[in-house]
Amino acid sequence: MAALSRRSCNLLKPLPTLLPYTSHFRRSVSTDSTPFTVETSIPFTSHNCEPPSRSVETSAAELMTFFNDMAKMRRMEIAADSLYKSKLIRGFCHLYDGQEAVAIGMEAAITKKDSIITAYRDHCIFLSRGGTLVECFAELMGRKDGCSKGKGGSMHFYKKDSGFYGGHGIVGAQVPLGIGLAFAQKYNKEDHVSFALYGDGAANQGQLFEALNMAALWDLPAILVCENNHYGMGTAEWRAAKSPAYYKRGDYVPGLKVDGMDALAVKQACKFAKEHALKNGPLILEMDTYRYHGHSMSDPGSTYRTRDEISGIRQERDPIERIRKLILAHDIATEKELKDIEKEKRKEVDEAIAQAKESPMPDPSELFTNVYVKGYGVEACGPDRKAVKAVLP
Amino acid sequence: MLMRRIGRSSGASRSCFFISRGGFSTTTATSPDGTTLLPTKTSTPSSSTKSINLFTAINQALHIALESDPRSYVFGEDVGFGGVFRCSTGLADRFGKKRVFNTPLCEQGIVGFGIGLAAMGNRAIAEIQFADYIYPAFDQIVNEAAKFRYRSGNQFNCGGLTIRAPYGAVGHGGHYHSQSPEAFFCHVPGIKVVIPRSPREAKGLLLSCIRDPNPVVFFEPKWLYRLAVEEVPEDDYMLPLSQAEVIREGSDITLVGWGAQLAVMEQACADAEKDGISCELIDLRTLIPWDKETVEASVKKTGRLLISHEAPVTGGFAAEISASLVERCFLRLEAPIARVCGLDTPFPLVFEPFYMPTKNKILDAIKATVNY
Repeated sequence: MAALSRRSCNLLKPLPTLLPYTSHFRRSVSTDSTPFTVETSIPFTSHNCEPPSRSVETSAAELMTFFNDMAKMRRMEIAADSLYKSKLIRGFCHLYDGQEAVAIGMEAAITKKDSIITAYRDHCIFLSRGGTLVECFAELMGRKDGCSKGKGGSMHFYKKDSGFYGGHGIVGAQVPLGIGLAFAQKYNKEDHVSFALYGDGAANQGQLFEALNMAALWDLPAILVCENNHYGMGTAEWRAAKSPAYYKRGDYVPGLKVDGMDALAVKQACKFAKEHALKNGPLILEMDTYRYHGHSMSDPGSTYRTRDEISGIRQERDPIERIRKLILAHDIATEKELKDIEKEKRKEVDEAIAQAKESPMPDPSELFTNVYVKGYGVEACGPDRKAVKAVLP
Repeated sequence: MLMRRIGRSSGASRSCFFISRGGFSTTTATSPDGTTLLPTKTSTPSSSTKSINLFTAINQALHIALESDPRSYVFGEDVGFGGVFRCSTGLADRFGKKRVFNTPLCEQGIVGFGIGLAAMGNRAIAEIQFADYIYPAFDQIVNEAAKFRYRSGNQFNCGGLTIRAPYGAVGHGGHYHSQSPEAFFCHVPGIKVVIPRSPREAKGLLLSCIRDPNPVVFFEPKWLYRLAVEEVPEDDYMLPLSQAEVIREGSDITLVGWGAQLAVMEQACADAEKDGISCELIDLRTLIPWDKETVEASVKKTGRLLISHEAPVTGGFAAEISASLVERCFLRLEAPIARVCGLDTPFPLVFEPFYMPTKNKILDAIKATVNY
């Protein structure tokens, strides 16, 4: 426990120092896109490369977008929690609240032509890639209007038109896939990159190192992002990994450690990573982040970490609070306006849930669709070869 | 004999009946290198029993295994605190962290490491957290564990290896917490695949698997971890491998199954009884090497066979049983052999009730077969 609280102290960092910003008195929420710089909470730590600068360029409009989107994500995850408890969502539900800055910061640095692939904690990444709340809730509840037609569930969100390749249940399996995506991008001479996200638990999977070697050997524009929330299900990182410095694990592949609770730091790191990957091949980003909920809805999240640790992080490092303080300090919006935005997001989420509930369950014939490609005409047999004989579409 | 019914409120309905027959046979416990290690222990029906569930029975078996052999180890993801299904509770406290320890998240590493440990003459009891995650370890099991004794001309073996994994549907497991991969492993000469149907079976079979001088993959039906409750003897006992058990006698049709599916089949048999069809139900227990004689004798008596499992029907283990029985009993068969299995799709999330081989599907098949 002493080790835990020592580590917790390391997880709590002071707020950034703010540069002065001369503004005239504002009455409404600013949508100004004049750039100004903000310092990240802590400098970047790097391995085998020069870290990017701590000064991040941002604007009032961007900060407001961050706040809006993160508030929406936070609200969505909390709503998903209550939906699960009322048994409208069944199966598995892995919540991302606390980690929103990673999704938001990454999205701010890249385009929809860059690909993202992640594990099962994918609801917010789906939203940041342009998914709607209705698609999200419908998929969680297994309805037809879900992004995967209700057939995937919480762990399998996808969005093809914005390069979001999901949504994977088997730990670590998505990383070699991400490397493959990068290969295709390089082969097609696109100026785009692939981000393969994984957790601190998955960092110990063998296939990760296989994929890393291939990416480095062939100079692929792949960025491996370790979302280190310090617990692999219930196992603390120091109990599973000899070296929890995941950004160094690439050895010959450069790495960068980033404060994953600071959306601007994440944005800077991803921008840097994209430039690097297009020129020099793969890079590892370690996002130092935290999840407030347990691993999944069946995990209370308090048997392997103290409540003090969780509330400490919430007070000192919450990503939404950080952006809120920046917005207030720069006079971009008032406290009341921000609260109104949060209320609006709550309403948006409630409406989306109501709409998603209206959506019907998928038709039973959907059980057989998309096992093979359309038109392959293979039979699916039920019991006794007599009961159900469907030609797979 | 104990019968207990436990209902489920939502999802696919599975009320469980457990009818167990008494009688335990004796088996010699051998150390991994083939020499006899322990004297046999026979449990008489009068030995004290306690009403416990499946994960407690497995826990007891693990306690006994570690107690009786100082060179046995239990390892896997999260086993230290008791495991996600509580099968390993109390082991770390009792036997120490050097014998019961957590591994990082690496199935291939866990099994490979277990093979090495077993090759040094230890009993390595590896846990794969869900059978759905066993595939990274598939190469190690098929190419290393199964062939070790063979390719070294019996110089080395990994007989002390037992891999335990929870398998099967649970009502809301979806693609990756519900799979039944037993058929993949039944295709590998050199390993054994064992699946218990109830707590009493599980304890005896697991102890036999751990002490068997061959590598064994032991699938535990996760649906039954809490649901199945039975009187289980408190002492050390072993049930024979490669011996099927006739758990219900009948004369019109033989039903063969394993694991949690037997509970569903028992209900179907009870319903068929009301329609005057007398069903004989066999629990295969060991899938490879499987007890062909018992099944053959039963089919020769009834002339009809129905096999049921949760795994998809194409290429499932029912296909092997069916083909073998046709070879052996062709002239005695009154009707085609029926297979009531999962559908040929990935294990679905919302469609689970449609996918599963339910009691009604089995009942329909029984009637179709009998009325052929």
